[in-house]
Amino acid sequence: MKKRWIALGLVMVMAGTLAAGCGSGEGETAGSTPGTTALEEGGSDELYVYNWGEYIDEDVIAQFEEETGIRVIYDLFETNEEMYPIIESGSIAYDVVCPSDYMIQRMLENDLLAEIDFSHVPNVSQIDPAYMDMSKAFDPDNRYSVPYCWGTVGILYNTKRLEELGVEPPTKWADLWDERLSGEILMQDSVRDAFMVALKKNGFSMNSTDEGELQQAKEDLISQKPLVQAYVIDQVRDKMIGGEAAVGVIYSGEMLYVQGEVENLGLDYELEYVLPEEGTNLWLDSWVIPKNAKNKENAEKWIDFLCRPEIAKLNFEYITYPTPNKGAFDLLDDDMKNNKTVFPDIDTLQNSEVFSYLGYDVDSLYNDFWKEVKSK
Amino acid sequence: MNRQNFHTGFYRKELLAGPYLVWAAGFIVIPLLLIVYYGLTDRAGAFTLDNIKSILAPEHAKSLWLALALSFASTAICLVLAYPLAMILRKRGVGKGSFIVFLFILPMWMNFLLRTLAWQTLLEKNGVINGILSLLHLPPQSLINTSGAIILGMVYNFLPFMVLPVYNVLCKIDDDTINAARDLGANFTQTLLRIWIPLSVPGIISGITMVFVPALTTFVISNLLGGSKILLIGNVIEQEFTRGSNWHLGAGLSLVLMAFILASMALIAKYDKNGEGSAF
Repeated sequence: MKKRWIALGLVMVMAGTLAAGCGSGEGETAGSTPGTTALEEGGSDELYVYNWGEYIDEDVIAQFEEETGIRVIYDLFETNEEMYPIIESGSIAYDVVCPSDYMIQRMLENDLLAEIDFSHVPNVSQIDPAYMDMSKAFDPDNRYSVPYCWGTVGILYNTKRLEELGVEPPTKWADLWDERLSGEILMQDSVRDAFMVALKKNGFSMNSTDEGELQQAKEDLISQKPLVQAYVIDQVRDKMIGGEAAVGVIYSGEMLYVQGEVENLGLDYELEYVLPEEGTNLWLDSWVIPKNAKNKENAEKWIDFLCRPEIAKLNFEYITYPTPNKGAFDLLDDDMKNNKTVFPDIDTLQNSEVFSYLGYDVDSLYNDFWKEVKSK
Repeated sequence: MNRQNFHTGFYRKELLAGPYLVWAAGFIVIPLLLIVYYGLTDRAGAFTLDNIKSILAPEHAKSLWLALALSFASTAICLVLAYPLAMILRKRGVGKGSFIVFLFILPMWMNFLLRTLAWQTLLEKNGVINGILSLLHLPPQSLINTSGAIILGMVYNFLPFMVLPVYNVLCKIDDDTINAARDLGANFTQTLLRIWIPLSVPGIISGITMVFVPALTTFVISNLLGGSKILLIGNVIEQEFTRGSNWHLGAGLSLVLMAFILASMALIAKYDKNGEGSAF
C-alpha cells in the first residue's frame, strides 16, 4: 500500500531525529571529558553540577576539568521549583547546585544542605562582603552558600514608542497601571515576580504573608490584566528588542545583551532600564552543596575555582549578570564598572528586598491568587 | 488473510510482544498508577477526593470550559479542511500527488515548538502579517494573544492527525461504489452525503479524537500564542507541577481530563471496530 510509504517515511524521520539527538548529546559529553586523569589522592574524580541554563561559560567547565582532572557531569534546570523536588527526593545525588535566595532558605529549613568547609574555598575572600551580608537574609551565618550572580528586577521601556503614545518614561511600578499603555505592557509570568510588582506598588513587603495585602495585590493584577499584552519570562528581552511593546518587566542581567542588540541591529529607538522608586526584588543566586553530595571536596574545589577573579570575569562576560566577585569587578574596564544598569549603586536599592521562602500554606495562597488572575 | 494460519502462529507471535509489554508496564501502567495515587491523596498521603472536586472551583471550571470550547472549534475546522484534502489525495493517488503529501508532511519534520514559535513571528504586532498589511496601507490587526491565535495554532499543529485517518478510509472506498452511485443518477451532493461520508465515519471519528484529545490537553500552544493570558486546563495542570509544586492537585485535575479522553476512546471503539480509521 502506498500509505505505508508515508508511514515508513515518518518513522524513518523520527528515528533519524532521535539518533541525531542522541548523537549530539554524546558528542558533548565526550568533548567535555578529554582523557580523564584519576585524582592523585585517590578521591573520586567526578562532580555532579546542577545549574541554570546558560549560566556558565562552557570554557570554564573545560578549564576546570583540565586543571583538576575531575570529570564534570553538568545538568540544567529552568526554575527553582523544578529543581527542588529533585534535590529533595535525592534520586540524583548532585554535588553542587545554584539555587536562588528564597529556595536556599527553603532547602535549609528542610535540612537539605551541607555546611561548606571554607578552608577549602580560600577564594571566597574575593566576594564583596556586601553580598555576603545580603546572603544573611537566607543564610544567617554565611555557612551554606557562596554568591554567584545577583541582580534586580526593573522596567525596560522603549523611548520612541512612549513618545508616540505621549506617555512619560516610567519611574515607578504604579506607572504600569497607566491606561494609555493598553496592550503595551509585558509582565513576568511567575507568581512571586508578578505579585512583587503589585505588592511593592502598594508599599507592602514583597514577602507579605498578610491575606488582606495579597487580596489587594490580586485585585490590582486583575485590573491591570486588560492592559497587559502578554505574560512572558525570557521572551521579554526579544519582544522588547523587536519593538513589540512599550514597557516590560525584566531582570537587570538581560540589559547588557539588550543594549548590545539595539546597537548591533541599528534600531531607531532606545531601550532604557529603570529601577522603580517603590523598591524592587534584589535577587542572589548562590552555590550550595546538598547534604547527600557524594563528592563534597570536589564541590568545594568547584566553588573555589569559580570564585577566582579571572574565572568570575569570564563567566560575567558570558552570562552578563552582575557578579558579586570584587576581584572580577576590578578587572573590568571603567565603562563597565560605571554602567549603573548592570551595577546599580547600593544606596538606590534601599527599598528593595530579597525574596524569602514563605512556607507551604502562604505559597499555596499566592498560587491560588495567581490562578485567579490568570483565569480572569 | 487465512484465519487458520493466523491462529496456529498466534502463541509464537505473542512472545514477540514481550518487550513491548515490559515497556507498557514500566512506562505506561506504572506512571498512570502514580497519577491515580497522587490524584487521590493529599500532602500527608491520606485519601481525599478534594483534588478531583477542585475542578468545580471557578477558575478551574472556567479553564476546562474554555479548553473544551477551543478544542471543539479547532476540531471542527480541522475536519472541514481535511476532508476535501483527503478526497483530493485519494483521487490523485499518492504517486502522482506525492508532492502534495510531501508539502503536507514536510512541516512535521520540524520540531513542533519551533513551528509554533514561527507562528508567533507571523502573528506579532510587528510580525510578518502586519508587515504585509501595512505595505498595503491596511490597518494593523491584533492577532496574537487571542483565542483565535490559539485555535489557529491547534489547527495548524493537529491537522495531519485528521487528514491521515480520513485519507486512509477514503482509500478503501472502491471506485465502483462511487461510479455505481453516479450511474444511478446521484449528483455530487447526494454521493457525498450518502456514500462518501457514511463510508468514512470510522476515519472521521478517529480523526476527531486524534485532534480533540491533544487540543484539549495542550498547554504549549496556549502559552506561546495566547501570551499566557488565556488559561486552559492544560496550563493549570502544568503550573501545578512546575511552578506550584503541588503534584496532588495537578494529578487530580489530570484524572478529570482523563475522563474526557476515555470517553473519546469509547467513541472510537464504538464506530471504528476494525481499526480501519487508524492513522497508519
